[in-house]
Amino acid sequence: MATTFILNGKSQTVDVSPDMPLLWVLRDTLDKTGTKFGCGAGLCGACTVHINGEAARSCQTAISAVAGKKVTTIEGLSANGLHPVQQAWIAEDVPQCGYCQSGQIMSAVALLAKKPNPTDADIDDFMSGNICRCGTYQRIRKAIHRAAGTPAGQAKSA
Amino acid sequence: MTTAPVLNRRDFLKAGAAGGAALVVAFHLPGSAYASAEDQEKKPANPLNAWVRITPDNRVTLILGKSEMGQGAMTALPMILAEEMYLDWQQVSVEQAPTDPKVYDHGTGGSGSVAGSWLPLRRAGAAAREMFITAAAQHWNVGRDTCKAQDGGVLHGARKQFLTYGELVADASNVPVPDFNTVPLKNSDDFTIVGHDRKRFEAAAKSSGAAKFGIDSRITGMEYAVIARCPVFGGKVAKFDATKAKAVPGVRDVITIDAVGEGAFTCGGIVVIANNSWAAIQGRKALNIAWDEGPNAAESSESLRKHFIENAAKPGKTVRNEGDADAALSSAVKKIDVVYELPFAPHACMEPMNCTVHIRPDGAEAWVPTQAPQWAQGVIAGVAELPPEKVNVHTTLMGGGFGRRYQADFVMEAAQVAKVTGKPVQVLWTREDDMQHDFYRPASYHKMQGAVDAQGKLAAWKHFQSSTSIAAVWDKDGKEKPEASEFATAAFIPYETPNFRVEYALAHSGVPRAWWRSVEHSSSGFVVETFVDELAATAGVDPLQFRLQLIGGARKIPDFTNPKENKPLDTARLKGVLQLAAEKAQWSQPLPKGVGRGIAGYFSFYSYTAAVAEASVEKGQLRIHRIVYAVDCGRPVNPAGVVAQVESAAVYALSAMMKDAITIDRGRVQQSNFNDYDMPRMSEVPKIEVHLVMSKEDPTGIGEPGLPVVAPAVGNAVFAATGKRLRRLPIKPEDLA
Repeated sequence: MATTFILNGKSQTVDVSPDMPLLWVLRDTLDKTGTKFGCGAGLCGACTVHINGEAARSCQTAISAVAGKKVTTIEGLSANGLHPVQQAWIAEDVPQCGYCQSGQIMSAVALLAKKPNPTDADIDDFMSGNICRCGTYQRIRKAIHRAAGTPAGQAKSA
Repeated sequence: MTTAPVLNRRDFLKAGAAGGAALVVAFHLPGSAYASAEDQEKKPANPLNAWVRITPDNRVTLILGKSEMGQGAMTALPMILAEEMYLDWQQVSVEQAPTDPKVYDHGTGGSGSVAGSWLPLRRAGAAAREMFITAAAQHWNVGRDTCKAQDGGVLHGARKQFLTYGELVADASNVPVPDFNTVPLKNSDDFTIVGHDRKRFEAAAKSSGAAKFGIDSRITGMEYAVIARCPVFGGKVAKFDATKAKAVPGVRDVITIDAVGEGAFTCGGIVVIANNSWAAIQGRKALNIAWDEGPNAAESSESLRKHFIENAAKPGKTVRNEGDADAALSSAVKKIDVVYELPFAPHACMEPMNCTVHIRPDGAEAWVPTQAPQWAQGVIAGVAELPPEKVNVHTTLMGGGFGRRYQADFVMEAAQVAKVTGKPVQVLWTREDDMQHDFYRPASYHKMQGAVDAQGKLAAWKHFQSSTSIAAVWDKDGKEKPEASEFATAAFIPYETPNFRVEYALAHSGVPRAWWRSVEHSSSGFVVETFVDELAATAGVDPLQFRLQLIGGARKIPDFTNPKENKPLDTARLKGVLQLAAEKAQWSQPLPKGVGRGIAGYFSFYSYTAAVAEASVEKGQLRIHRIVYAVDCGRPVNPAGVVAQVESAAVYALSAMMKDAITIDRGRVQQSNFNDYDMPRMSEVPKIEVHLVMSKEDPTGIGEPGLPVVAPAVGNAVFAATGKRLRRLPIKPEDLA
């Protein structure tokens, strides 16, 4: 069944099963591999994209649910990979293995759209759905503050 | 900033041909990450092992013979080369080596990438630099001693003439390669790159979505497959019906593959092949399977614990014995007798296992996120019945490795499928597959007995361990010496005692196990550094002072488990990091009420780490306020990269300490995804501070040494705060109550 949606600003039609998750449509049908498969269960955030500007887990979103909607992936965040959040990621040397970072960045951009000047607690709260096995969390927090132009607060402890 | 596109072999050859003359410098990377200097002297510079390539446009490329899994080899190794060659850092780029075991030793593990490459890369860079100087001197017809390397070229000081390496490359290619054993190395006081922070080459690609991991391999005509594996270790398919699976839209075929033992340790299973990953996953759900659960179906975490306790009731095999620990313990007044327990632990790489293979009659190509490309190549060659040189393995970026990707099980399965289909196929593991068919950090049980005398000195230390040994699985000698992989520094503790006894008993298990970040140090560090803290409390001495007293004077303690390496524990360096961590954490300053401070210091991968943790327990919840590290890993090649690795190891350790365990029931893993094997989230991670010793010793490991000190430092802090001693991981609420 054909589904049409706006992918990174361009109209895109795919002829796939309506229950196929957006994640696999992006990765396997459209070869947009920047969006990552981590858990397939909405638990890790590696597959985070924006649907009409809101962060969403693409592994939990059937393709039929995005018909007519605007989907933005990491590839569509900026023309040259230099969105302010991406620049902040590079400046803070955030990635290690890097696998989760597409999802982290998409979550961070969605956070900043809602809260342009987040506190540490705002960041910790919003980003808690994104796992980083390399443990780059304190650099992610710094990078979000850098992108926001806000001073980093005292790191919140567990 | 410079970016490092990871080119494939074809791109590399094309670029080389297009670039015209290319200088190829051969050098040898030792098979062991820590091959002795003597071994290196004996080996000839040729066979080629890795290359420096310079093209006339003055681009300098290091062919990276190690895998990048997040640990930063792709940045640190070029830094070494660039330093010796007096390169402009902006000139340097990196390409992943083609898999050719006659040339490269790709194996990436043991925290050895930088340590093992340090001298060979310095020599290679120095040899290249000397060749350019010779070429320039000949070009100008002047004495060599009037020329020097500078800024990616050669300068004739008196004439103020300068030629770039690119301009010299054609001539330099005809200069004889200097003897690597005598080539002059740069004075380390003159280093301008090594020891100075450099950002990761591939950070931009990893921030834009452009970085390609193994799972991102997309080959024209490829198929996608998932495998139904018996959930019980050692089980197999009894019978199955694929009718419904084959009816799932997108499913193309269902086949079976056999289990492979020695050399891969796969479980075999039923393979669903489809035109996308989702269809394959849906098809697998539709399979109707009856399993033959095999011999391990009764195993559980409870049965294993009983086995440990039974083992501990009997004397173990003597691993080490000095003095008479039993006699000293029986006559001692101040003594303790306690048990520590650690569970199986999964690697849980964010990128689940996967492998993409295409086997043709005349050759094979594979895209493998692997720490052991040559092993992957051999496995595919074996299945394809091709000579290894006909198997082109592309080592991709990895979404985490941590030892998991040193295995070849996921490669074997993909090769088996590709052999049948004849088409490119990606075998994808779901998170559940990855969680339930890992090679886990062994579960272990430690009975610790110790005594202190009236002067506060250590009178006896007795360590009995029973564990599901790694060596018993992997090493043919492990049948006789299963303890070989289980103690490490626990068998040569830095604490002086006249009576020291170490015993071992193998625990049998059907659960696969192998190398997990920091391997046996993850358990030995916890046990040794918590137990010494318990002895300090027994003696009534400050835990830092107790350690410093027991370590005693400056001395070198031979590595009991690996004496041939001749890399002893240097007590002065261990004391150095303990004292530095204590100073930076203000050890002697009072803390707020209810907050405790704990310390641990440990030697692993020839590096020294110490950590001070601050923790409290509030309403039954552990709260870690901060962790302050001091690290001596020799000369830090990329200090920023070293700090990042220590931060990472801390969080990996906290995961195994604070969060979930792998538990076994009815012969299978009970956890399946991040709902029941959760990992620390941003809000749960304390502030981590890392202080480096800017040593001039040769570099030693750093990917793993940050890990072993975390659990004991935090546990000792909890003891300081609450009087509760944490002796089993992960921490359970009742242990804090």
